[in-house]
Amino acid sequence: MRAYQRKLDIKNGRVDLSHGAGGRAMAQLISGLFHEAFGNEWLARGNDQAAFDVGAGRMVMTTDGYVISPLFFPGGNIGSLAVHGTINDVAMGGARPLYLSASFIIEEGFRFSDLKTIADSMGEAARAAGVYIITGDTKVVERGKADGLFISTTGVGVLADGLDLSAEKARVGDRVLVSGSLGDHGTAIMSRRQNLAFETEIVSDSAALHDLVALMVAAGGSSIRVMRDPTRGGLAAMLNEIAHQSGLGFHLQEEAIPVKPAVAAACELLGLDPLHVANEGKLVAIVAPDMADAVLAAMKAHPLGCDAADIGEAVADNHQFVQMSTSFGGGRIVDWLSGEQLPRIC
Amino acid sequence: MKYADEFRDKTIARGLARVIGAEADSQREYRFMEFCGGHTHAISRYGLEYMLPANVRMIHGPGCPVCVLPASRIDMAIRLAEQPEVTLCVYGDLMRVPGSQGKSLLSAKAFGADIRMVYSTLDAIRIAEQAPNREVVFFAIGFETTTPPTAVMIRLAEKKWLKSFSVFCNHMLTPSAMHSILESPDIRNIGRVEIDGFLGPAHVSTIIGTEPYEVLAEQFGKPIVIAGFEPLDMMQAILMLVRQVNEGRHEVENQYSRAVTRKGNRRAQEEVSDIFELRDQFEWRGLGLVPHSGLKLKQAYAQFDAEMRFTMHEVRVADNPACECGAILRGVKRPVDCKLFGTVCTPEIPIGSCMVSSEGACAAQWTYGRFRDYRLRRA
Repeated sequence: MRAYQRKLDIKNGRVDLSHGAGGRAMAQLISGLFHEAFGNEWLARGNDQAAFDVGAGRMVMTTDGYVISPLFFPGGNIGSLAVHGTINDVAMGGARPLYLSASFIIEEGFRFSDLKTIADSMGEAARAAGVYIITGDTKVVERGKADGLFISTTGVGVLADGLDLSAEKARVGDRVLVSGSLGDHGTAIMSRRQNLAFETEIVSDSAALHDLVALMVAAGGSSIRVMRDPTRGGLAAMLNEIAHQSGLGFHLQEEAIPVKPAVAAACELLGLDPLHVANEGKLVAIVAPDMADAVLAAMKAHPLGCDAADIGEAVADNHQFVQMSTSFGGGRIVDWLSGEQLPRIC
Repeated sequence: MKYADEFRDKTIARGLARVIGAEADSQREYRFMEFCGGHTHAISRYGLEYMLPANVRMIHGPGCPVCVLPASRIDMAIRLAEQPEVTLCVYGDLMRVPGSQGKSLLSAKAFGADIRMVYSTLDAIRIAEQAPNREVVFFAIGFETTTPPTAVMIRLAEKKWLKSFSVFCNHMLTPSAMHSILESPDIRNIGRVEIDGFLGPAHVSTIIGTEPYEVLAEQFGKPIVIAGFEPLDMMQAILMLVRQVNEGRHEVENQYSRAVTRKGNRRAQEEVSDIFELRDQFEWRGLGLVPHSGLKLKQAYAQFDAEMRFTMHEVRVADNPACECGAILRGVKRPVDCKLFGTVCTPEIPIGSCMVSSEGACAAQWTYGRFRDYRLRRA
């Protein structure tokens, strides 16, 4: 006879320490909430690992931790972000993402209802992207030991033969292509910070970019030298990183860089530079000049790349500066962000 | 972006640059000090300096309250925050400013001090209301622009009967600093270049008006043009300064007339004078002790004065002797002339005041303009 177990009270219940203790409560949380949300054949077998087939080509692997605050923001939540972010890291290598793992560190007292919303949007994001969450882990820590919920995801994908994207492949004259407007995600998050709330229609751009990448690879192949998604530190950090790794400089045209008016206005008020603000659904590609127009056209053909633009070029520069001609007619450096992005007082 | 793009128009900027070039007398040099950090930041960010003729030179003034706050005041704040009962509320850009021992509020926070970053004075009031058992202290800093909000906050704290709330007052006055730059013997000792005119403060002047500068223009015979923070504002103001110099005038003119009046914001001025009074002197990083340049709370509000409440003591500390901030703030030297610039002193680990905030002369040069210090090779 099966022992009676009370159903998970998703509506009013909360995570307690027993849900991470390895007993029945944990098994119930995993099967009742996570399996439900992610539902796939690998997870259903309930093993400590998942065995899977991969096609021809080299394998790609990446991992990322998500510790954002607030957990819910206009355009998504920590769950959809943890899926999109890791898919994008795989995709930036030119690879097709296949499988994800997910590890949850949950603070005691976290609402089941919030956890379910987050798990459901992870499942939804994975299904929409054709990617499966096939293994995972759950830990519960005492109140005060974590900020609600931390999620780590690892992604595995395959890379077609002949493709090897890397920063050191950038060459003088290469074009810098960006897939759309910059600064949306960071601005949306900031608009919901407890002590900074302002009203705006800006929503996060959080999205899985691998379909866009597939179109670009089909159009440009190995003339795409390197791709990155400009997350923390924004476009500025990403281009400085590539400048250092390739030994080149970059020269950008401010007028060509797409920034939504609402994002520009919010940054203006807060004293921030949109080029330092995080994105979660944008990519930057450094492309050989002869194929740049073809790749740009492929990007524009995809909904996530409809605002794509050619914003500048790689130049020879021993100091590896990222420079920009300003829309005002002057010139300046686009530098790394110093320390944390802090609003100015006057 | 409406109401901003209009003031950043490339075509108008080029037109203004041409007129400045045509009207500036090629036989002489024009050295103008932009007082505010907001001006310095905009000059570097928009690359404005390089649109001006070679004989019109901008000298970056001391007008960034974060930069000129002396290390001793940061030390005081750190000592205060280290007291277990204290919650210190500060504006974000103060967090990384180094005190005398290389310690900052950010590092004090990492070592366990209860320091909260706030975006407005109201945030600090809210924190005090939520934690009645904590000693909540607001680190008040800034020129005349940020003083009225602090005054309003003290009124509010009084009205709400907040018993364990106080303010560490570091408000500073701009006309006194301009006076000191033009007059102080301290400054003559380390040399200075002649300044031909000032781009006067923008936001500060919305509060105090243009009147307080009239005595300076008269006494020292220097033109002062109050200028907005947008690049076209500054270009226009520079043209107005060039014309004054050419015509031998030394008047206070108001370019920023869409926001600034001669008398300023009376209501804000009254609030401030109700609650604050002048200090005999206040130390500015890079300028030294400047008479009558700081504010403190009046005796009637002593209960809200953290310096009284916690008997805080100021211990003056010497700046790094190799640091050239003092000379840079007076236009005697440029950032690249300093041995520390870009070597041990960068925005990540600032040594001197000019590198501390993004509005400081060195930080602006480092962040936006340092490529001009090297020969640029385009492909």
